[in-house]
Amino acid sequence: MSVLVYAESSEGKFKKVALEATSYGKKVAEQLGTNLVVLTINADETSELNTYGAEKILSVKNDALKSLDAKVIANVIKQASEKEDASVVIIDSSANGLTVAPMVAVSLNAGFASNVVAAPSSTSPFVVKRKAFSNKAFNNTEINTTVKVVGLAKNSFGLHENASSGSTEDFSPSIIESGMTSTSIDKTVGTVTIADADIVVSAGRGLKGPENWGMIEELAEVLGAATACSKPVSDMDWRPHSEHVGQTGKPVSSNLYIAIGISGAIQHLAGINSSKVKVVINTDPEAPFFKAADYGIVGDAFEVVPKLIEKLKSFKANNA
Amino acid sequence: MKVLVCISHVPDTTSKINFTDGDTKFDTNGVQFVINPYDEFALTRAMWFKEKQGASVTVVNVGNATTEPTLRKALAIGADDAIRVNTEATDGFFVAKQLAEVVKNGGYDLVLAGKESIDYNGGMVPAMLASILDFNFSNACVGLEIEGTTATISREIDGGKEILSASLPLVIGGQKGLVEEKDLRIPNMRGIMMARKKPLNVVEPVDFDGTTSSASFEKPAPKGACKMVDADNVDELISLLHNEAKVI
Ligand SMILES: Cc1cc2nc3c(=O)[nH]c(=O)nc-3n(C[C@H](O)[C@H](O)[C@H](O)COP(=O)(O)OP(=O)(O)OC[C@H]3O[C@@H](n4cnc5c(N)ncnc54)[C@H](O)[C@@H]3O)c2cc1C
Repeated sequence: MSVLVYAESSEGKFKKVALEATSYGKKVAEQLGTNLVVLTINADETSELNTYGAEKILSVKNDALKSLDAKVIANVIKQASEKEDASVVIIDSSANGLTVAPMVAVSLNAGFASNVVAAPSSTSPFVVKRKAFSNKAFNNTEINTTVKVVGLAKNSFGLHENASSGSTEDFSPSIIESGMTSTSIDKTVGTVTIADADIVVSAGRGLKGPENWGMIEELAEVLGAATACSKPVSDMDWRPHSEHVGQTGKPVSSNLYIAIGISGAIQHLAGINSSKVKVVINTDPEAPFFKAADYGIVGDAFEVVPKLIEKLKSFKANNA
Repeated sequence: MKVLVCISHVPDTTSKINFTDGDTKFDTNGVQFVINPYDEFALTRAMWFKEKQGASVTVVNVGNATTEPTLRKALAIGADDAIRVNTEATDGFFVAKQLAEVVKNGGYDLVLAGKESIDYNGGMVPAMLASILDFNFSNACVGLEIEGTTATISREIDGGKEILSASLPLVIGGQKGLVEEKDLRIPNMRGIMMARKKPLNVVEPVDFDGTTSSASFEKPAPKGACKMVDADNVDELISLLHNEAKVI
């Protein structure tokens, strides 16, 4: 028996979510009194996984797996989990993880809980807490099958160092054929994505027009943050759809979410509520966002944001 | 081309979320149910295939009789017929199994679903369905064109977009971008009248043991009050974020 984590890498490097899934896997393995095996595909260097508790690493190197077809990757995870006799398979909530995990569950005939936010509250029965109703509630879900698949929500369990001196084993699974051909990939390089960001700077209709986003981008740059926006802002094409956050847009679970000129409608809050710390800047002291935020400034964005940028620059210079 | 659109019946986005029976059941009292917002994009795209490419469009829901008004609304938007699999939608794997049966029996070439439903946010049904049927699959789909039996798909990936080509049959997990917000259809009077006469077929579920069950629900702990900082004193905000919240 074992616990298997799939630690996704991008350009050979692990993302934070992969290390978080590894930390989580270690905890579950301890609860079950078994070992943690971590599967990686085309990662350059795997020792980081040992830092977070991997007792055995299965390292797959295969150029055919550079494509992102979830079906092919899910099949590799299935083979690894059968080889290691895994009773729990843990997958992160990156865009790929979200697609791969349900496929792994089907192929292993396993019950699947997604958006899980905490270690199992009990292992027999196996019960995990997951988000539901767009962050307005949690559901305690019991997984009833012998093999269980858990999708871990981002920034929910955190990183926990737990050094182990694990072994690394080359693993050469058979690769099934993909029915999809990728014809082009268009990735913005050098900017932080909402999915990966620790800090998100978001702005709404209060900014009056797309020409005023310069200060939002500058604030994001000073903080190393991703930029986001409310739904009407993307509906009016002031900003790209990929920046729309909320119940019907991207979910945000960053450490810090700064909302500028956003009223705090229920659908907006639902999507960003699992961010740890929320700051609101709004001219209207009655804006509903103040009820959901941790820190608030009642003020005009066009005055407050430039001041904030200037002060943050000197703060960064002094704390570098 | 035969298109199947999966319709999830969910609480309106403004609903207050409460539970009953010792926090084991969702309290539907006073809750308005709607077509899942992500599914609306899928349905509107399907209407385009119907009008421009002569596709037939069937909508399907796995649920008890209370979901029928939602299916009727989809018919009013323009779907040709509807299927309801008569059972409680207890878990994502179970729903995917039921849908797979509908797809096999109906011989659909293209299955459009929303990338997740806003009630349980499992985000698992479309991928599971594709997996059970061994169809091609794309999640987070923001663009779809079909020519003959070949689909050109645009999807969001972490940090960007990817264009893919795949042959039918295909399952899609869709979202905004599949069509634009302003192009979403809402039922008009004529549509509503016509929908009353369109077939809504009720079929019985296939046996499948639940792989998960809901033990209980919880609501997030209430939040403390917002700390207010004076607009002339952004230094204080920086200091709070650094020293107290420790996020910068
Ligand atoms: C089915 C459905 C789904 C939805 N999903 C989402 C979703 O996923 N995400 C989402 O964001 N919305 C969503 N919405 C829309 C949501 O209801 C709100 O309409 C939207 O969030 C409002 O955006 P906003 O806060 O930018 O604009 P507004 O509500 O117009 O608020 C603008 C705010 O800016 C403030 N302001 C104005 N000038 C300034 C200034 N100079 N400085 C500082 N503040 C200023 C105002 O006081 C106001 O509070 C959804 C709605 C529906 C019906």
